[in-house]
Amino acid sequence: MSMSKPALLLALALASACAHAAEAPAGAGADWASWHAADDVTNLASLQRGARNFMAYCVGCHSLKYERYSRLGSDLEISPEELQKYLIPPGEKASNYILTTMPAADSQIWFGKTPPDLSLMARARGPDYLYQLLKTFYVDPTKPTGTNNLRLDAIAMPAVLSELEGLKRAVFKDEKETGADGKVMTLHVFDHFETLAPGSMTPAQYDAFVHDTVNFLDYVGEPTQATRRSLGIWVVLFLLVFTWLAWLLKQEYWKDVH
Amino acid sequence: MAADSSGADNPPRGLRAWLYKRFPIQEFISEQLTGYYAPKNFNIWYFFGSLALVILVLQIVTGIFLTMFYKPGDATAFDSVEFIMREVQWGWLIRYLHSTGASLFFIVVYLHMFRAMLYGSYRAPRELLWLIGMLVYLALMAEAFFGYVLPWGNMSFWGAQVIVNLFGTIPVIGPGLVEWIRGDYGIADATLNRFFALHVAAVPLGILLLVALHLVALRQTGSNNPDGIEIKARVGPDGHPLDGIPFHPYYTVKDIVGVGVMFVLLTIVVFYVPTFGGLFLEGPNFEPANPMSTPEHIAPVWYFTPYYAILRAVPDQRLGALLMFLAVALFVFLPWLDRSPVKSMRYRGAPSKVALGLFALSFVALGYLGLQPAEGLYVSLARIFAVIYFLFFLLMPWYSRLGTMKPVPERVTFHEHE
Repeated sequence: MSMSKPALLLALALASACAHAAEAPAGAGADWASWHAADDVTNLASLQRGARNFMAYCVGCHSLKYERYSRLGSDLEISPEELQKYLIPPGEKASNYILTTMPAADSQIWFGKTPPDLSLMARARGPDYLYQLLKTFYVDPTKPTGTNNLRLDAIAMPAVLSELEGLKRAVFKDEKETGADGKVMTLHVFDHFETLAPGSMTPAQYDAFVHDTVNFLDYVGEPTQATRRSLGIWVVLFLLVFTWLAWLLKQEYWKDVH
Repeated sequence: MAADSSGADNPPRGLRAWLYKRFPIQEFISEQLTGYYAPKNFNIWYFFGSLALVILVLQIVTGIFLTMFYKPGDATAFDSVEFIMREVQWGWLIRYLHSTGASLFFIVVYLHMFRAMLYGSYRAPRELLWLIGMLVYLALMAEAFFGYVLPWGNMSFWGAQVIVNLFGTIPVIGPGLVEWIRGDYGIADATLNRFFALHVAAVPLGILLLVALHLVALRQTGSNNPDGIEIKARVGPDGHPLDGIPFHPYYTVKDIVGVGVMFVLLTIVVFYVPTFGGLFLEGPNFEPANPMSTPEHIAPVWYFTPYYAILRAVPDQRLGALLMFLAVALFVFLPWLDRSPVKSMRYRGAPSKVALGLFALSFVALGYLGLQPAEGLYVSLARIFAVIYFLFFLLMPWYSRLGTMKPVPERVTFHEHE
């Protein structure tokens, strides 16, 4: 089907308007606190991408001190060759734990706080927390890093993923609230994000990037969780059959009781 | 069956004869199992005693395996638990069975205690049985508390801080006592190591001894039953209670069904919701102990929260700690507070039934409130339920005598199996 030139231009204009609207609709991000990570640790492709993201963007500062490269390889079905080629930094062995090379003493000086180990972060704070954290960095010139975060105010971590996501500004509005004591307080409430500079990824690409990374951290939090869930059903079924047989035995014995 | 009775005529031979001559196995079986007569009208409430025993075994067995890999010490404890979860073969399963088993132990023990309150099982001649049971409960609380500290997560640390500091409210000796318990000026390596010793050796030995005494006392008086009447009062020509049946095989086969059901529930939790939404394993406990960072809300594990809610409902800390202690201790006096002419709730007057219902409600409500932040409506509600909780005990000598008691039957109520 062919389209006339003006119609094509109109369609393009509409499409770009829509795309623009999708980037910064009114009130974008106002519901950030209810965003879900929608993690699925059985999605191996997502976990593999997450591992790639972690090794490319996170391990510079954060360790996974309870996870070995080899464990990651076998759990995520990455062959030893691929593991060595793409994920293990030069000089590291597959049996090593995934440790950052940044000295803790230095990071303490640079950021005021040593970046935490992320092995258990998804278990401690929940995947939703991590997803919201990675999606709500905004420019804040009053902070030493130049950025701040809605999920964790005054976060010491700079917006290191801004080259992918771009930079955004948080627009706040004032809301009056009457407290229990009758005093009227003015609250500085987040309203929406505004894009200041686009990153190398579209919003949809960045969202997928964060989903995969958080999914990976969820896996690292409890590497056996997929095994646990797939095994459980058989254990429970066995016990149900056992209990049923035990009940039949009990009925047989109790026929004698009058 | 015929083979069995003819077997009785044949004296045991070989290894059996050798063993029977040297060890009273036959006597034990005939006195404690096949010759021990239990009321035939036990209902679902009577599963929880044997279930508690099974969980005790589960905790000891899983605990032994955990001890092989756990390393007490403020620098090693947290890492060793993660080592168990990730690198020890089936370590995650053993650990989840142990952590879920701890919560299940309290569920079962609370239902076991409620059964006693429902059918007046603590009353004469079973007061001592009840008192020994209360000691088991106290030891269990100590065991659970020490065990909770061992993973050395941030909630372990701050929970220990709060609970140990309660002893500081005792006049005069308080501050010195707290230091003596901790072995340091704060919760530290020394505290963790002694809690480990208490958790894996001292308290379990105490629990085993007390459970053995609990069973000895039970065998002396025999079990109560849902009708609250003594089956020993009516004995047949063979000398056995008319309403009794041999514990083995009848209750052994029945209890196996209960164990099966419990293990189905246990494994569903272990394999699908091991943290139980933060109730059995809390989020903040996946962060290592950090004396510089307090968790947002410090709350004990759910099985202590009814008492914790009472502690926080009182504005004065010393009085709160005293009332909390009293809330546990009052159970001890039940055999003497209860003046009802009948034992079982089945035949008691309305005031007793309403009181027990309100008590159960307030216990659950306090448990919920203890998990919430201590502010506003939560504290007000905790105060109301705490008052109900205490009135249940304090007014019992009066209300337990009120209302119309139904006539107690001569023989137990029993519906034959079809």
